[in-house]
Amino acid sequence: MATIATQPAARSAGLTSSTLTITRRAALRYLRTPQLVVMATLQMSLFFLIYRYMFGGAIDVGGVAYVDYLVPGFVATGVLFSGIGAAVAMADDLQQGFVDRLRSLPIPRSSVLAARAIADTAILTLASAVTVAIAFAVGFRLHGSVREGLAAFGLVIVFGFAFEWLFITMGLFAGNSQTAQGMGMIVFPLAFISSAYVPVDSMPSWLQIVASHQPLTYMVDAVRSLTLGSQSEALLGHPASYYVVRSLVWAGAILIVSVPLAVARYRRG
Amino acid sequence: MTAMIEASALRKRYRKMSALDGLDLIAERGQVTAVLGPNGAGKTTFVRAVATLLHLDGGTLRVAGHDVRREPQAVRRQIGLAGQFAAIEPAMSGRENLEMVARLFGQGRRTARASAQTVLDQIGLGEAADRLARTYSGGMRRRLDLGASLVGAPRLLLLDEPTTGLDPRSRSELWDAIRELVENGTDVLLTTQYLDEADHLASQIVIIDHGRAVAQGTPAELKRRVGGNVIEVHARSRHHLAEVADAIAGLSRTRPEIDAATRRVTIGVSSTGDELTSALRSIEAAGVPIDDIALRQPTLDEVFLALTGQPMTDQDSDRERVGVAA
Repeated sequence: MATIATQPAARSAGLTSSTLTITRRAALRYLRTPQLVVMATLQMSLFFLIYRYMFGGAIDVGGVAYVDYLVPGFVATGVLFSGIGAAVAMADDLQQGFVDRLRSLPIPRSSVLAARAIADTAILTLASAVTVAIAFAVGFRLHGSVREGLAAFGLVIVFGFAFEWLFITMGLFAGNSQTAQGMGMIVFPLAFISSAYVPVDSMPSWLQIVASHQPLTYMVDAVRSLTLGSQSEALLGHPASYYVVRSLVWAGAILIVSVPLAVARYRRG
Repeated sequence: MTAMIEASALRKRYRKMSALDGLDLIAERGQVTAVLGPNGAGKTTFVRAVATLLHLDGGTLRVAGHDVRREPQAVRRQIGLAGQFAAIEPAMSGRENLEMVARLFGQGRRTARASAQTVLDQIGLGEAADRLARTYSGGMRRRLDLGASLVGAPRLLLLDEPTTGLDPRSRSELWDAIRELVENGTDVLLTTQYLDEADHLASQIVIIDHGRAVAQGTPAELKRRVGGNVIEVHARSRHHLAEVADAIAGLSRTRPEIDAATRRVTIGVSSTGDELTSALRSIEAAGVPIDDIALRQPTLDEVFLALTGQPMTDQDSDRERVGVAA
């Protein structure tokens, strides 16, 4: 019986190599679990079509086709909903001992969390691209330039990345997948009490107070201001830069709070 | 030569409970050391401390000559960890799992592939290697978990209750795999609740209770302190218990124990093998009817009773649910 051949010269992997290796595992896990991918896509498409065709005719957004109003909101909130999956995956890894194995390996400590963030961001980019494709298929059109459209998509990814860290932290603190799922329910008020699906001023005044000041409203309107082109300022009330700047500040704030929390929690064991 | 593990006065508290309460342990090189104890005794906490997965509140711990607090990465290069929960990725094949861990040990693509193949053969998963791990049976997953701990060619293997929850056949397959590893020169630290597992695999057993080591020795030494093996007689009725006890009292220097609730009389005997026949003869001569008689290994309960003078308690129920198994 042969023992493991010669002792390998390097006894540990560097940051880049280990991060890539672990990212690959997270990506494979997602891609090879068809239920996850198919169910998520089906659900998302179904709700999208419901909003677009069922509710669209009844919601007045003032001069713009509802589908053009809806898509930025839908894609942005889609990012949140896929974040629940990230929190659950993180909690699951913790519960199942996978994180233990990784922690017992001579790899840099940051590679595990970095890999999680990269993999989840890649997954949400893929999901968002699919949503956008479906959107175009049912009549969504860019009113601004193509460059602005790409910038809008880029913004969605940036917001997604920021929220991912929030969800990673959630997963680490939850400790098991059911609790993580429960904590993930915060996505619902965040998504609905915002300008994602309907204009804020159509809500009762007590909800407007919440909706107009929460991060998602700024993020959705930032994306919208880029996809609606010249119409946006009239519709939303402020130029694109107003929303883009504020939404990026929010994204930064979320990162500044979540990342240290996640790292501290991970190290504590 | 320094010992593989040198633990001195280890302390670890979780909220109000002490998981480790002054644990001393030396695991020498070139052997299998088993840490034996009931649920909640501190076994898993100890293994996690050795694997650098938690911060100790007190004491010193050196693994393969490195202090776990000051040189954790050096420790991690020498160890392989396999636990109760098979920490493998179900959505990857056995081979992919092992290659992944090998890469994380810094092995290049080709070296990783070779290491993975060697380990796959070692643990008997060569044929199933390219199937996704989620198609594996429980026993196969445990073996893959064991493989993942080996692929980095560790000097010290940490096995936390490796066969808990496995069916008997998977259990003995895993034992065989572990025994072959030891023959190849890997040091092993094993935790278990089962005395027969410790007996089969280990050359040194440390019994821990409430976070402290209460006894250490070879399996033979420990069993001798209990009186070796045990003869157990099931009396036909409660009335016969005393007679049975009298009949077999002469077999050994230790006193027979009577358990009225289960109608059993047990007595520790030395392991020469004649005692069963002698016991049967004495009982026949006394004319006492019995339901069953057997010669068996002492249970952990009996070992505990003999060594600590107190019955073994399930220490999990003493603990608050602090989210950690012991």
